[in-house]
Amino acid sequence: MNFELSDERKMLQETLSRFLSDHYSNAVVNELNNTEHGFSHEIWAGMADLGIFGALFSEEHGGFGGEGFDIALVFEELGRVGAVDPVLDSVLLAGGLLAELGSDDQQAMLEPLLAGQTQWAFAHSEPNSRYELNRVQTTATLEGDHYVLSGHKALVVNAACADFMIVSARTSGDVSDHQGISLFLLPANLMAQGLQSYNLGTGGRACELSLDNIKVPADSLLGEINQAYDSIEKITACATVAVCAEAIGLMDAIKQLTIDYLKVRTQFGQPIGKFQVLQHRMADVLIEIEQAKSAVVNLAGHIDAERQEREKHVSATKNLVGLVAKLVVEESVQMHGGIGVTMEYELGHLVRRLTLVDHRFGDSTHHLERYIELAVA
Amino acid sequence: MNLNYTAEQLAFSEEVKAFLKARLPETLSEKVRLRKSLSKADYELWHSILNEQGWLGGNWPKEYGGTGWDAVHRHIFEDELTRAGAPRIVPFGVAMLGPLLQAFGSDEQKKYYLPRILNGEDWWCQGYSEPGAGSDLASLKTTAVRDGDHYVVNGQKTWTTMGQYANKIFCLVRTSQTGKPQAGISFLLIDMETEGLTVRPIVLIDGTPEVNEVFFDNVRVPVENRVGEENKGWTYAKYLLTHERTNIAGVGIAVAELENLKRIARTEQYKGRPLIENPHFAAQLARIEIDLMAMSTTNLRMISEASAGAAPGAESSMLKIKGSILRQEIQSLTRSAVGVYAMPFIPEDAEAAHNDVPVGPDYANAVTGYYLNHRKLSIYGGSNEVQRGIISKAILKL
Ligand SMILES: Cc1cc2nc3c(=O)[nH]c(=O)nc-3n(C[C@H](O)[C@H](O)[C@H](O)COP(=O)(O)OP(=O)(O)OC[C@H]3O[C@@H](n4cnc5c(N)ncnc54)[C@H](O)[C@@H]3O)c2cc1C
Repeated sequence: MNFELSDERKMLQETLSRFLSDHYSNAVVNELNNTEHGFSHEIWAGMADLGIFGALFSEEHGGFGGEGFDIALVFEELGRVGAVDPVLDSVLLAGGLLAELGSDDQQAMLEPLLAGQTQWAFAHSEPNSRYELNRVQTTATLEGDHYVLSGHKALVVNAACADFMIVSARTSGDVSDHQGISLFLLPANLMAQGLQSYNLGTGGRACELSLDNIKVPADSLLGEINQAYDSIEKITACATVAVCAEAIGLMDAIKQLTIDYLKVRTQFGQPIGKFQVLQHRMADVLIEIEQAKSAVVNLAGHIDAERQEREKHVSATKNLVGLVAKLVVEESVQMHGGIGVTMEYELGHLVRRLTLVDHRFGDSTHHLERYIELAVA
Repeated sequence: MNLNYTAEQLAFSEEVKAFLKARLPETLSEKVRLRKSLSKADYELWHSILNEQGWLGGNWPKEYGGTGWDAVHRHIFEDELTRAGAPRIVPFGVAMLGPLLQAFGSDEQKKYYLPRILNGEDWWCQGYSEPGAGSDLASLKTTAVRDGDHYVVNGQKTWTTMGQYANKIFCLVRTSQTGKPQAGISFLLIDMETEGLTVRPIVLIDGTPEVNEVFFDNVRVPVENRVGEENKGWTYAKYLLTHERTNIAGVGIAVAELENLKRIARTEQYKGRPLIENPHFAAQLARIEIDLMAMSTTNLRMISEASAGAAPGAESSMLKIKGSILRQEIQSLTRSAVGVYAMPFIPEDAEAAHNDVPVGPDYANAVTGYYLNHRKLSIYGGSNEVQRGIISKAILKL
């Protein structure tokens, strides 16, 4: 058994970690919250220059990684500083779908995407889909040489500054059928009218997208008609590695802040870290974070496994990480006392972000139920 | 032990219901339902409506303009208010300073301050905590030094809830450096317009400036603004901590929050059905409800003891711990219930009537902020760790 990073991955980790700690601070995060796109284009360009996005793709697609452990490594570092850049949405999700499904012409868009020159968004979830990937109500109807898209997409992260969007829609079947979902690759300005932009609790911004009979050329299909579900599920598995690894980074940062605080905060004439009740609870926090790390290793190692095995790990890991995230948020805030519920101290942003990990790609209850279906029942 | 209310008590609860139906403005209950911040004017309006009815001083004796209700009537009243979605009564003047002045204030203080609390002329805030004195409150350092017929106050208070709305602050200050720290503390009433006093808001994790820092730079306070004797302030503050705490469990609010959660779970769709029908979600909801039913009775048991004359002591620590944990679990499950719509974060101007661009269902907009903000329930008013310490000492005798 060897859980050590390879030399290449170690180098990547060090480069990214140095870059992020040079560029991120609580003040930076608070400032970015008030900007138009919710993140810094300068930091974005810096990461692209370092080749970070290439780590998320295989050589075949112009990258130098693309395995579960590459994704985990990058996102753990992003999590450590509470980075708000849309790497997950623009690069991993949209880029991943493009790499897997794109025609030769469409594949040409991958290079500028990986170079950080274009911004992307993936519009899939809907107000009533909750966490079901197959529940797609938005329709695309063929009319001559055009499709007409109509419906509502919820929480499209990074949509407001996207140059391109990948939009899912139903081209046949019933609302919850796996069959009959198709993807469309569209210039974002086609949908500019239907965007309502807002801040996210994680930092960054998202949009509600209403598609009011939007006419798109038939050749904007990405991949085969009606067959998008498997690709969506697979890219969501990669995205789950990403958010869970990011959660690990957040947990580590929060744990360190809390340990430091337990040492410096004195009450009753001693550091509060001397109170045994807090020591024991911090020890439990540490144990659970280690569990979460192992769960991410399990998932990262199975991202290329056959579907049943992969998805079993998706649900196992997302369930466990969601529960540990709640524990880490609640215990760290509690042990900080009043300062823990403020936005002036850096814990604030990190716990907001960690709290909301449970709201992307399925919460711990959704994945418990799904794990039962996949592996227990 | 009789679990049922008497006919008289039932009639009273009907009376409160009818009053709320007639007088609770919908603009206020709507804000409460949607977890929006209430403005100063909202609170003042609600206080004045209650005061007109003679019900603002629910925990005050009749001689001071209060209702003279016993613990059970107070409970019924508070219960109905929270069920109806009324704003909370701002506790600092009515629930905290009022009873303290009634017990320890001079006649002049009672005559001057008590009516002003009820008629809204004064808005009080509580200046106990300091940057270095939280759980260990007795270590507080803000000093008050006698200079003729004034105290000169220097130092800093923090976490002062709604201090930005207040014109008066009651403070624990250090008047003696000798002996036990508790024995050198006095209780002062300070006008916030006094020269040398400044307020700085602190933004909380939900984006609202709910608390403040208050700085004192040679603030001159007339000696007659001291409550009771010099160096006895700790005793007065402790008296308050063990009295008037029947509502500490927040059962009424918990019930209202659980009802709200159920409403949401009936509306939210999961796999084409209402979320509330999902067995894994329903199991979590049921678990909370079972706990809440029992806690509600624990609460009534303690209220009935209090009505019979027993002073609630360390028992209130149990209610505080269980009540805060339950409410926090309800808030966490509410956050889960709204799914992806827990993610938008629409900063709310505390004074604005409503957000102009809602995202997703209206009930979803504030749930994440509300959940994170309410971690405070197990931190303030004596943290749950401190409360467990009290139980270990006072009840378990360990
Ligand atoms: C939203 C909010 C509103 C508030 N409003 C007011 C107000 O209006 N007026 C006012 O005066 N104060 C107010 N407070 C202050 C509140 O009472 C303090 O936050 C509280 O007393 C805890 O103090 P602290 O924050 O300094 O935490 P600390 O005392 O530093 O505690 C940090 C952690 O250490 C733990 N700890 C401390 N001592 C022990 C021990 N002996 N054993 C085990 N664990 C221990 C605590 O439980 C906590 O988990 C408010 C606080 C908040 C968060």
